[in-house]
Amino acid sequence: MAAIELRGLTKVYPGGVKALDSLDLDIPDGEFFALLGPSGCGKTTLLRTIAGLETATGGAVVIGERDVTGVQPGGRDVAMVFQDYALFPHMDVTDNIAYPLRIKKVAKGARREKAEEVGARLGLDHLMDRRPGQLSGGQQQRVALARVMATQAQAFLFDEPLSNLDARLRLEARTFLKKLQRELGVTTVFVTHDQAEALAMADRMAVMEAGHIRQIGTPVEVFQRPANTFVAGFIGSTPMNLLDGAVRGDTLEVAGCKVAVPIAAEGRLTDGEKIVYGVRPEYMAYSAGPAEGVLSGKVAIVENLGASHLVTLDVNDVLVQAVVPEGSEPAVGDDGHALPRRDRALVYRDGELV
Amino acid sequence: MTRFVLGRIGFCTLIAVLLAFFTIPLLWLVTAPFTSDPSYEVKVPDFTWDNFQAVVEHPYALPSLYNSLVLSVGTAVLVVLLAALAAYALSRVRLPGRDALLYALLLLSSIITGTAAMVPLFQLAVELNLIDSHLGLILILTGGLLPAAIFMLKDFMDSTPKSYEESARVFGASPLQIVRHVVVPLVRPGLATIGVWALANVWGNFLMPYLLLSDVEKQPAAVITYTLYTEGGQANLSMLSTFGLLYSIPVVLMYLFVSKKYGFRFHGGIKR
Ligand SMILES: Nc1ncnc2c1ncn2[C@@H]1O[C@H](COP(=O)(O)OP(=O)(O)OP(=O)(O)O)[C@@H](O)[C@H]1O
Ligand SMILES: [Mg+2]
Repeated sequence: MAAIELRGLTKVYPGGVKALDSLDLDIPDGEFFALLGPSGCGKTTLLRTIAGLETATGGAVVIGERDVTGVQPGGRDVAMVFQDYALFPHMDVTDNIAYPLRIKKVAKGARREKAEEVGARLGLDHLMDRRPGQLSGGQQQRVALARVMATQAQAFLFDEPLSNLDARLRLEARTFLKKLQRELGVTTVFVTHDQAEALAMADRMAVMEAGHIRQIGTPVEVFQRPANTFVAGFIGSTPMNLLDGAVRGDTLEVAGCKVAVPIAAEGRLTDGEKIVYGVRPEYMAYSAGPAEGVLSGKVAIVENLGASHLVTLDVNDVLVQAVVPEGSEPAVGDDGHALPRRDRALVYRDGELV
Repeated sequence: MTRFVLGRIGFCTLIAVLLAFFTIPLLWLVTAPFTSDPSYEVKVPDFTWDNFQAVVEHPYALPSLYNSLVLSVGTAVLVVLLAALAAYALSRVRLPGRDALLYALLLLSSIITGTAAMVPLFQLAVELNLIDSHLGLILILTGGLLPAAIFMLKDFMDSTPKSYEESARVFGASPLQIVRHVVVPLVRPGLATIGVWALANVWGNFLMPYLLLSDVEKQPAAVITYTLYTEGGQANLSMLSTFGLLYSIPVVLMYLFVSKKYGFRFHGGIKR
């Protein structure tokens, strides 16, 4: 087990695409770390550079106190699960799982034994003689995990290992993977573009945008206090309300309404400055009657979320969303009022959290 | 309507003529060896084994088939081995001017074993003391087939996903291990295709062995066929047809075997 440290890591692809721009990152030993970001932001590139499949243009990769920037992938003692699993189609499950041991020149008997053991742990015992082509997506994913586990590497790198599973299996695999990582205690870097996955599984996470890390923190920190409007808009199953506004004395003017200054921003604002007011739909108290400091408008859309409803209010031509518990949802066209929670609302100045 | 019918009739006639054009020689090939006194017509055979007896007794006939085997297997093995390594490297390593190199090779290859290079090749073989030697011939034939083989195999390798190899690399496999454990099994159908193609190519090659092997005992079947005349200088049809049948059977068997064994590709392991 080992910590992973990236210092000023830069990757420029031939042709001039700057996929990673001077990244610094510290992942302590045994942590389950998620890399989250939109498509094309450089997640796969970062993972491949840690694995050594791409050579860094600048900066250093340190795994377990050892600078491995110039070391071949095989010498870094990391194991990787590819997005497409890359199980060898001409080998059965046993041989696939045992392959890393074959490279390490472990005797045939011993490596079969190890493969059986790991396979059994992941519930693959009855599939050991099959070829990858004869397995379902979920089973293939577990074989890929088993193969990585058999390596006993210092760190695991997963590139969207759940993205090929259907929604239901994905939830199962999520829990399973998290439990497995807990038990093994191996430092794991996990790439995903699904924010819910990152929030649910990670000990800590980084949100990336265009080769930069925009925020690092625990899922709670990232969810409750997004460091900038990019992260704020990216995290959360219903996007955060980000409303243009201005400071007016000791209140804020947002979408033509007067709202209270959030607790987090108290005393940090100057009168008259332009800000962006951010509040999650989940942190809005909806009511039919007016009150002090609410955003008031007409109900434009009501969406069913299952146990709750997402109500979109038209507040002076600005759309504001609030989550309303089931049973009390309004009808389209009603007058509605949403009161932001002062302890959860945020203020952004020039895109950065105040 | 009548035009349509006439058209159909014309079309079918054309097909029939074309079919006859290709089947009649084949029919001749399987009937003539079993006929006592074969001519150029296809006759119902009287099932004699005399012709085979004559071939077996011919001093050079059967040894020449063995020579053919040595030459074609030797060349095929060499071509597959070298082409696999070269194609893998060309497919995976980015070289400036790689495609130009490949096309130039392909273009030159048709010249190397072609008629144009006959004289220089002969002189080269004489200089290198490779005249009248199976090894020399194998090397020259390999050189002629390699570019096309590399070209075809590279295409094959380009279409196999890289992540198999990258996965093996992260586990610490060396480049040669990756080729042996991962690439070769994945492109096996391609290798088989190239092997069969090289084998059949050498099996049927007349010009090169005729040019470079003067010792009758070393000559392959393709060259020996050319010597099967009666004392009168007439083509010895009973010998020719029988030898021709024996000469073609191995190739047919090989095609059947290979298409049965490799006429499939592996699936799975990569989720799309
Ligand atoms: N081999 C390559 N050559 C040139 N540019 C590349 C190469 N691979 C990736 N890129 C570019 O680098 C950037 C980052 O790509 P990367 O694959 O790391 O994104 P990603 O975050 O993994 O995206 P996704 O979620 O779609 O997998 C993209 O702009 C991409 O076009
Ligand atoms: Mg990716």
